[in-house]
Amino acid sequence: MDVLKKVPVREQKPEVRAKNFDEVCLGYNKEEAMAEAERCINCKNAKCITGCPVSINIPAFIHEVKEGNIEQAYSIISESSALPAICGRVCPQESQCEGKCIRGIKGEAISIGKLERFVADYARENDISPEKPESTNGKKVAVIGSGPAGLTCAGDLAKLGYEVTIFEALHEAGGVLVYGIPEFRLPKSTVVKHEIENVKKLGVKIETNVVIGKATTIDELMDEEGFDAVFVGSGAGLPKFMGIPGENANGVFSANEYLTRNNLMKAFKEDYDTPIAAGTKVAVVGGGNVAMDAARTALRLGAEVHIVYRRSEAELPARVEEVHHAKEEGIIFDLLTNPKEILVDDNGWVRGMKCVKMELGEPDASGRRRPVEVPGSEFELDLDTVIMSLGTSPNPLISSTTKGLDVNKWKCIIADENNGKTTKEGVYAGGDAVTGAATVILAMGAGKAAAKGIHEYLSAK
Amino acid sequence: MYKILKAEKLADKIYLFEVSAPRIAKSCEPGQFIIAKMDEQGERIPLTICDFDRENGTITIVFQIVGASTEKMSTLKAGDSFRDFVGPLGVASEFVNEDVEELKNKKFLFVAGGVGTAPVYPQVKWMKEHGIDVDVIMGSKTKDLLILEKEMKEVAGNLYITTDDGSYERKGMVTEVINDLVVNKGNKYDVCVAIGPMIMMKFVAKLTKELGIKTIVSLNPIMVDGTGMCGACRVTVGDEVKFACVDGPEFDGHLVNFDEAMKRQQMYKTQEGRAILKLREGDTHHGGCGHCGGDK
Repeated sequence: MDVLKKVPVREQKPEVRAKNFDEVCLGYNKEEAMAEAERCINCKNAKCITGCPVSINIPAFIHEVKEGNIEQAYSIISESSALPAICGRVCPQESQCEGKCIRGIKGEAISIGKLERFVADYARENDISPEKPESTNGKKVAVIGSGPAGLTCAGDLAKLGYEVTIFEALHEAGGVLVYGIPEFRLPKSTVVKHEIENVKKLGVKIETNVVIGKATTIDELMDEEGFDAVFVGSGAGLPKFMGIPGENANGVFSANEYLTRNNLMKAFKEDYDTPIAAGTKVAVVGGGNVAMDAARTALRLGAEVHIVYRRSEAELPARVEEVHHAKEEGIIFDLLTNPKEILVDDNGWVRGMKCVKMELGEPDASGRRRPVEVPGSEFELDLDTVIMSLGTSPNPLISSTTKGLDVNKWKCIIADENNGKTTKEGVYAGGDAVTGAATVILAMGAGKAAAKGIHEYLSAK
Repeated sequence: MYKILKAEKLADKIYLFEVSAPRIAKSCEPGQFIIAKMDEQGERIPLTICDFDRENGTITIVFQIVGASTEKMSTLKAGDSFRDFVGPLGVASEFVNEDVEELKNKKFLFVAGGVGTAPVYPQVKWMKEHGIDVDVIMGSKTKDLLILEKEMKEVAGNLYITTDDGSYERKGMVTEVINDLVVNKGNKYDVCVAIGPMIMMKFVAKLTKELGIKTIVSLNPIMVDGTGMCGACRVTVGDEVKFACVDGPEFDGHLVNFDEAMKRQQMYKTQEGRAILKLREGDTHHGGCGHCGGDK
């Protein structure tokens, strides 16, 4: 065995997985996990921990895996993370824990994410779950939104003895974990459901179908329903469109709609009622993880799929692993290409997209080279479906219905990074609602910080 | 789970349910809607609130069978439950937040087409409760499809009923009644609220524009979440793209691009057709329709 290289992880073959929604990565078995754990040099001053937004004691849990004590490894992870089976799968480890791994200087970093995933999957399959706190302290906290930030904040507060109720607008808890990230990266009925059940086992109540700002407001929750503090983890779910001609044609979707139909409503399954216009020739506009998810979903529904992105491959915001998977499956990348207009047929359906070639110019204020149009390079793509994946911003519903809760010019809630404190007393916030669209693990980190902030606030009260 | 307390057939293919949903009943206002999902496999269906009882915590909805899901929904009985029922969604009708004394100086005309009578009813009822008599036009294809006539009579000032085929009251379209009231009888209206099929709202808006009457319509585009996160329900109003679920569903009828909205409503026609054939004919349908893929 080459200690400089990761123990390879088993995956479904590209030609097989391109036709199903089963998980692509099959994960380590116990032998593979123990072999990979062997590679960890157990640094005294472990840099990997500093790379993890929730500071999991990585060398300690890996040490237990090495010894074969998986249950012990799970309890070490559980001290810091409520959703390890999810984070092990969707965190961009290359820029977090694994990016800091000393092993990575000469060879490949330890597969920390895959080991975390193995431990969490093992715990699920062997019915090991976190322990419920013995008593509550009688104080009530409301959590708005059941995405990664809300689930983490709720879990941490429950462990501290608070009575926590999560309010979720959709009919399932999980936020982006259920409507956004597809089955083939994050299985819903096994992994996501189980991690949410674990949060419930800590005593957290989840009330679905409640839109805060409509059915009730934060002020009413505090004044009438007796909540002592509120955490807002409502995310950034408002999709952006380009504003080009033809964008309201039939066959043009936001990535949020396309993914929600497929992931949350399970349009890909025969016996579910929600339809999806799958498309036969699809362009996904954008280059982030959501664009990759939408493209790979459309491919699995039977389409030929193009990613249309205005910068070059080096600037793709998506994880390298996702781009690699997308390419293996046959997604076509039309880089340095920008849409100008969506072409529409007589029935109001997409028939193509007029695009222009781009080249990278001088770096802008953010240091990124700005794409500029190549004159005279317009061309048309024949298409029947266009999926816009241009990013999302926070929904202003909660901020606009809560007195004294200030937002910045991007409609993001203003909150202290260290404790989630907002401009309104007793109200804390974190995750995409504060930062704009970011990652699952950063949202979890913010949920953790806010739980600490709320505990300090209510303890002093 | 959200229990159905009353299930009633109002007319051919039109049903009324009273559903227990205390949180919604507590805060809803006329003009808003709910989204219902029957069961685990079901789709999310937006329906305008027809009535509500804050004390008993109930919401009344009226729906028409238009596809497989509404056909399945029509088989539910009192005592059955919806798995999910969420709301109130969308913004309330503009007048709800206006000064009542000022409203009393305005003359309102409500135009209800077919099953659109259901969302018009709570608005007219609100007016009545605030001491304002309004004129109401109810239009229906035929006598048997007319709904909520008795209820509307109790809350409306003047009520005019018309049927396309003349089987009840006067014969003709709602636009003919508007024309008659304004042009022939010389009635003056400050605001017209028209709710019904998209094509009816389009022609009412066209007429009221000529007559110079401000007109509000309630749009019913395809929706998924109903909370502003997907844009399935986007419509062009004036020069702007709006999401009907959060910016509407009520808009200035003179600014709505109805042709685009009607095309977008047709987006899943083939899939809906397939679903209803599957529901009605099960495995006995073997193609021939040219759409269902059974021919392949």
